[in-house]
Amino acid sequence: MAEQGVAQVWRRIKSMYRIEGNKCETCSTHYFPPRPVCPECRRKGKLELYTFKGLGEIYSFSIVRQAPDDFKRQMPYVIAQVELDEGTRLTAQIVNVDPEDVEIGMRVRACFRKIKEFGRGGIIVYGYKFEPVMKVTGHKQ
Amino acid sequence: MVGIVGYGVYVPRYRIKTTDIAEVWGDASGRIAKGLGVFEKSVPGPDEDVTTISVEAARNAVKRAQIDPRDIEAVYVGSESHPYAVKPTGTIVAEAIGCTHDMTCADLEFACKAGTAGIQMAMGLVKSKMIKIGLAIGSDTAQGRPGDALEYSAAAGGAAFLIGLKNPLATIEETVSFTTDTPDFWRREGEDFPSHGARFTGEPAYFRHVGEGAKSLFRKTKTTVDDYDYFVFHMPNGKFPVAMGRQLGVPPEKLEDSLVVRQIGNTYSGSAMIGLARILDIAKPGSKIFMVAYGSGAGSDAFSITVEDAIEERRGEVPTVDDYVERKTYVDYATYAKFRRKIKALG
Amino acid sequence: MSNRVAIAGVGMAKFGELWDKNLRDLSLEAGMYAIFDAGVPGSDIDGMVIGNMSAGRFTGQEHLGALAVDQGGLGHIPAYSVEAACASGGAAIRHAYMAIKSGVHDCMLVLGAEKMSDVNQTEAMNTISVASDWEWEGMFGATFPALYAFMARRHMKEYGTTEEHLALPTVKNHANAVHNELAQFQRAVPLKVVMGSGMLADPLRVLHSAPITDGAAGLVMCREDLVKKYTDTPVYIETSKQRSDTLALHDRKSITTFNSVVSSTKSALKAASLELKDIDVLELHDSFSIGEIMLTEDVGICEKGQGGKTLEEGITEIGGKFPVNTSGGLKARGHPIGATGVAQIVELALQLRGDADKRQVDGAEKGLAVNIGGTGATSIVHIVGR
Repeated sequence: MAEQGVAQVWRRIKSMYRIEGNKCETCSTHYFPPRPVCPECRRKGKLELYTFKGLGEIYSFSIVRQAPDDFKRQMPYVIAQVELDEGTRLTAQIVNVDPEDVEIGMRVRACFRKIKEFGRGGIIVYGYKFEPVMKVTGHKQ
Repeated sequence: MVGIVGYGVYVPRYRIKTTDIAEVWGDASGRIAKGLGVFEKSVPGPDEDVTTISVEAARNAVKRAQIDPRDIEAVYVGSESHPYAVKPTGTIVAEAIGCTHDMTCADLEFACKAGTAGIQMAMGLVKSKMIKIGLAIGSDTAQGRPGDALEYSAAAGGAAFLIGLKNPLATIEETVSFTTDTPDFWRREGEDFPSHGARFTGEPAYFRHVGEGAKSLFRKTKTTVDDYDYFVFHMPNGKFPVAMGRQLGVPPEKLEDSLVVRQIGNTYSGSAMIGLARILDIAKPGSKIFMVAYGSGAGSDAFSITVEDAIEERRGEVPTVDDYVERKTYVDYATYAKFRRKIKALG
Repeated sequence: MSNRVAIAGVGMAKFGELWDKNLRDLSLEAGMYAIFDAGVPGSDIDGMVIGNMSAGRFTGQEHLGALAVDQGGLGHIPAYSVEAACASGGAAIRHAYMAIKSGVHDCMLVLGAEKMSDVNQTEAMNTISVASDWEWEGMFGATFPALYAFMARRHMKEYGTTEEHLALPTVKNHANAVHNELAQFQRAVPLKVVMGSGMLADPLRVLHSAPITDGAAGLVMCREDLVKKYTDTPVYIETSKQRSDTLALHDRKSITTFNSVVSSTKSALKAASLELKDIDVLELHDSFSIGEIMLTEDVGICEKGQGGKTLEEGITEIGGKFPVNTSGGLKARGHPIGATGVAQIVELALQLRGDADKRQVDGAEKGLAVNIGGTGATSIVHIVGR
């Protein structure tokens, strides 16, 4: 028996650390997280591993002001649906920005952050968050 | 010749002014900030730690080196604030940047010189042709005891260096170390904050080891101060490296460009390495760099480095040390205490 | 062969923060009220089904079918729970509808129940979040209100919905619930108070959101040809339709339309040979006020994007063309997750029987309920008629 969700987290490490999903070669749709079956093609689908570039824009967002205990220290924080350049969307926090400055359409890129901890003695879950593209992300303004 | 094939840094965005810290502890005069030569220091956000800092720095290094991360066959992360006491930061970094599984990895601790110790280890593996490319990271989110002198300088940041033989951006001619058992600064298992010997951390610790390391490097390379264009010393504050330079006869202008401590504080294992990165951001090919890192406990690692032509075509894509230094948002003491878990009740 | 399954009786425990009652008490209470209302002898009930989202996490108890049969002294009849997040109640009704229509059962007790106030706020928030995609939405910090906030913000950008529009469903539903003695909140709330309430996840505020509630509701459903044995005022479930959509909100093409609702509503109306204009009263799943605005559009009361305006014009008030949530909806009646779907049908049945007192829609003959799971991954639609 795995303690405290370690196996549940470990299974998803490649996806959470590097935004690794897959792409159906039959219909050219990108999926994140990787899907075992292409919903469009089903048996005719041909899924290959694909690592997303990590760039995209904000599709919608909210500023969370009431959160469960493990997120309290970060409140208020921005959570958003990010539309990656490949067309796929995912849900992630937006960091390195003042909540007032976030807008739909903002260009963002993936960074590596702590997502949560299973208590002070438990494992630390790392994964993706997004930040606005700027000089320190290697993008010229 | 073995050298640096890529490098990158990361400094978190938050800063706190040393005057704000001093005010909380009853000193509004600004005397302490002037005395230490540190005006503000970097503060990690609540979702940042040595692992996240190391990954960002490593990703920058890989981008600059323009290599396939699967060619990295060794990863060493040196820090005194690893998130886990047992479970290596290195494996998380390796997975996050896409290294091959056929690699060796370990975490290192030697106070502020754990990162440079990693560089030496990577150099050995590369020179002996046991690996193609090794990654050495020095990164910390050091804590200072509230109200203690170290609280003014203990900061967060990291630097990652890729060591290899092919097309280095800067070659490392020589490295030497000087090591003794000197208890100037330490932290026992289970303690939240380190302890130190106050004035004992100066002459018998920092100055002795950096001085001996420097002299040893001059001897081994048969060079003098005049042969070098830039100097980088470990920066526990803004005063020690300047005093060290004076002792060795280094002209102040040769030291000036590496003194990042003034704006971001002491990033411990990242300190000398971020200083070196700043020089690499600006130095012309052919320049020679003299670097001595220091770690309490105690020891120094000294390096003689020459900047190569290849460095110029790799500038512009990856953020520089200055880009990170200039990117800042100030926080007050209360927010700083919340982020750094100094408020026990928050857990 | 007719598609109708009869409802012989309905019952509901008062919804609220009920410190004195546990899940067993609530289920029993709702079940007994339904059985008394139906006038059916317990021995005629040959099966039971209970809709519940997460008794395991909220109370530590599973195996609710056995529990409820045991509590009610209903002998050895077959029973189990069904789960579809916030549509668990609708799923239970659907289950009974299918069982009776296909002839496997003649007369079933349908319950919906949830006991939410025995855990702390963090545990409650995390449990509610499992209605969404826990691994890829909830775990990354998207609270359930944040997901609906994504929809609200897009709706405001795409259609010009305003902050005032977001407050209108709450004002209407609280005003309706003043006349519902079983509702959790029976006090009107002025618009200004709604608009000034604390932020949960911008732009959604505390008073835009359904509360945490304990409660249970029940129906006695039976074969159409048997119901006259028990009551002179039967109502009938004319059709039950359900559609699914992606679990994660970020996998939907548009987040301002509940496609599962659009298709399940169309399908239900077609199966009942009705058009929307034939529907006299509706219960629409308002877990958040933006939900009611979007559902008003998605069931066809108005064009896409015009939901806010429709509320402004009073079209969904009790006296309006399409009264929505005469009971007070999830916001004011309360939202014990598994009970809601059943409570919606209880309200429609009362309306059709003329038993809705001061919130009665005159001459109501057809009702439609939309019960949603999560952020719209499940939509269950029932049409009720006289």
